[in-house]
Amino acid sequence: MKLVVNGTTSEIDAPADMPLLWVLRDLLHLTGTKFGCGIAQCGACTVHVDGAPRRSCVTPVGAVSGRKVTTIEGLSPSGDHPVQRAWAELDVVQCGYCQSGQIMSAAALLAANPAPSDADIDAVMSGNICRCGTYRRIRAAVHRAAKLSGAGGAT
Amino acid sequence: MKTLSLSRRDVLKAGALVGGLVIAFLVPGARRFALAQPAAAKLPAPNAFLRIGTDDSITVLIAHSEMGQGIWTALPMLIAEELDADWSKFRVEHAPAAPVYAHTAFGMQMTGGSSSTWSEFERYRQVGALARTLLVSAAAKRFSVRPSACRTENGVVICGNQRARYGELAEAAAKLKAPASTTLRDPASWKVIGKPTRRLDTPEKITGRAQFGMDVQFDGLLTAVVARAPVFGGKVKSYDAAAARAVPGVRDVVQVPSGIAVIADHFWAAKQGRDALSIEWDHGTNAALDSGMLREEFRRLATTPGAVAATAGDASAALGSATKVLEAEYAVPYLAHAPMEPLNCTVKIGADQCEIWTGTQFQTMDQKVAAGITGLKSEQIEIHTMFLGGGFGRRATPTSDFVTEAVHVAKAAGKPVKTVWTREDDVRGGYYRPAYLHRLKVGIGADGPPTAWSHTVVGQSIIAGTPFEPMMVKNGVDATSVEGVADSPYVKDIRDHRIELHSPRTGIPVLWWRSVGHSYNAFVMESMIDELAAAAGRDPVEYRRKLLGRHPRHLGVLNLAAEKSGWGSPLPSGRARGIAVHESFGSFLAQVAEVSAEGGRIRVHRVVCAIDCGVAINPGGIAAQVESGIAFGLGAALYSRLEIRNGRPQQSNFHDYRVLRIDEMPVVEAHIVPSREKPGGVGEPGVPPIAPAVANAVFALTGQRLRELPLQLRA
Repeated sequence: MKLVVNGTTSEIDAPADMPLLWVLRDLLHLTGTKFGCGIAQCGACTVHVDGAPRRSCVTPVGAVSGRKVTTIEGLSPSGDHPVQRAWAELDVVQCGYCQSGQIMSAAALLAANPAPSDADIDAVMSGNICRCGTYRRIRAAVHRAAKLSGAGGAT
Repeated sequence: MKTLSLSRRDVLKAGALVGGLVIAFLVPGARRFALAQPAAAKLPAPNAFLRIGTDDSITVLIAHSEMGQGIWTALPMLIAEELDADWSKFRVEHAPAAPVYAHTAFGMQMTGGSSSTWSEFERYRQVGALARTLLVSAAAKRFSVRPSACRTENGVVICGNQRARYGELAEAAAKLKAPASTTLRDPASWKVIGKPTRRLDTPEKITGRAQFGMDVQFDGLLTAVVARAPVFGGKVKSYDAAAARAVPGVRDVVQVPSGIAVIADHFWAAKQGRDALSIEWDHGTNAALDSGMLREEFRRLATTPGAVAATAGDASAALGSATKVLEAEYAVPYLAHAPMEPLNCTVKIGADQCEIWTGTQFQTMDQKVAAGITGLKSEQIEIHTMFLGGGFGRRATPTSDFVTEAVHVAKAAGKPVKTVWTREDDVRGGYYRPAYLHRLKVGIGADGPPTAWSHTVVGQSIIAGTPFEPMMVKNGVDATSVEGVADSPYVKDIRDHRIELHSPRTGIPVLWWRSVGHSYNAFVMESMIDELAAAAGRDPVEYRRKLLGRHPRHLGVLNLAAEKSGWGSPLPSGRARGIAVHESFGSFLAQVAEVSAEGGRIRVHRVVCAIDCGVAINPGGIAAQVESGIAFGLGAALYSRLEIRNGRPQQSNFHDYRVLRIDEMPVVEAHIVPSREKPGGVGEPGVPPIAPAVANAVFALTGQRLRELPLQLRA
């Protein structure tokens, strides 16, 4: 089947029920998208499908054939998406394992809601677990990214 | 200025790496643990702490594992303090596993005990100072002046109007003899230490480029998922792998000591293969284990005499003459670490070498177990330490359980294999923070302070049965079981006290969990002190102030947290504050939690934390670890519990093993006490005070004294 990931079309030899996560990681070698729980409880595997956030660990690859999949590697060409810039400014990361998913969730949130409130952030980002507890900085960085986007940063 | 002597043989000149200066040396007289490896006579070139390239690049090799705690930044800062180089040129790598990287206090290469910063505080500064001396000497030669005529500035040696970049000098410096001694900068002139510094690992961690163990891939690498016994200690009786082998992508099915491994082209095939296995298990002796029954057994034990962990005077006589005696029982559950990155380990075995790629806190142990399984020597086990997607102690097992298993799998497969755990494997896989039960009788006199303290602690030892037992268990007392109790400043100051310990053995594998014994002992101690304050009719802060009068660092953080939290000032209705103060890993913390209870649910809105961790290397990193410890501890205080019935862990994933989420995260304010004391730890000490601070706030709010974790309000 054909899979479009980060603007590149690949021919994939995989069963239709294989989760997108493992196609990305093990077949396309895009390891930025992480495995955390396998049951859509932690958000580490979050990618965008046609711009909307999806938990790739429970998304059968057959369901996204031909649709536009974006992973952390494709979020911005040089890693300077406003969310990434805000993350760097506020020194958000610790172990870093969940952060690809956090960033993808935050980027999708801002695309849908350019100026989210704390409650808006909590509602969306509560699907992403961080065992290092970087939550305060994530919340602050989402606000900061909203500002950076408003100031004319890339979206 | 402090002068350090370096004997010639301590300075292991690694010689010139391709075009640059390489610095490595052993710290003389490092205290050695039983597991110490012999010191290396000579190192291969890459085994070094610092490389300065002709392109001015500065590469720091860190002897510890980065698992979020920030040593990827803090250790290079120590070198930078002395080297006077351009911070933007710093790059960091995990060191390979080799004796030169042994922990300066513990003698084996490891990361744990919140010890990386204090244990490297001298060594990494020495590395920077030594390199700077050599670079200055090389410049002096080039300029035909004395070294003392040169100064350095941001990666350049300067003498008058002559200048040379470190990169230009690196090759010449590498040929010089190392000095016999070097001097470290006076703390008054520190430029790097104490300055909030952003993490050096951010760029790769926000772009998906960071390489965790899970991300290791190379041609010919297969993936294994292992079916392990559902009951701890169980063994495979028989199995049928026909259905597993029929899964497309499955290459092999092998038996290893821990179970049956299905090996496939990729994780998904291996996982499907594993699920298709038909296995008959011999459940062994633990099939009736029940955490509820264990608690009953612990409760019974708590009324019997145990091993004496601390005693002074005559506690029972003093209880008899107390004005009032408070009795209480506290209990905490088993807990899984649940780091975000499930355990994994990649192994490639060759004829005279075994390569291992994993996120590990215990490189020396991993080498030993891999050597034992492969028949190779420890030095033939090459460990590539990857970023750890969280550790919290789980990646430091005295048995190196996940590395052991992965080496067995690769050996049985005869091919390179990455063994991957699912989240369910992780949560059900044991090595838990042990459950504990405490029974206390505390007498108070007419004027309020405790006059007698009798305390029995019951729970599994995490050390008994491990290679650490000879060092860490004395007279039947595992020091970690009673840390924060037996050495409590409150207890020490009570003339008549007695602390006893029972360490029952069960079949449940247990392990250190972020902040170890402090993770539960602080809850008990600081809740009990609050009970005493209430019984004496005193304000909790004022009561503690009186008791901690001889402990200035405790008192300092207590007062600072009280002040910054506005202790005593009015709060909106429906909110209350609680306080706890606790020392662990050489650092002193006090936390004030502000809580409400809505619909029977405890919510924590704000936590004000004062921390005295001695010299603060990176205040930004310290604040991050305070936030992190509070989030980690709060999840356990409010939600997490691991139960066992019929020998089987009952929780399996984040839906039933609850941890903290962003909507439950309070505002955290970290206040760092300025200090010139020896650095303490920061990775763990944020955890212990949060549970009692919250429990004490709940008491202030509702009158309910919750003596069990996770905290649950009674209807």
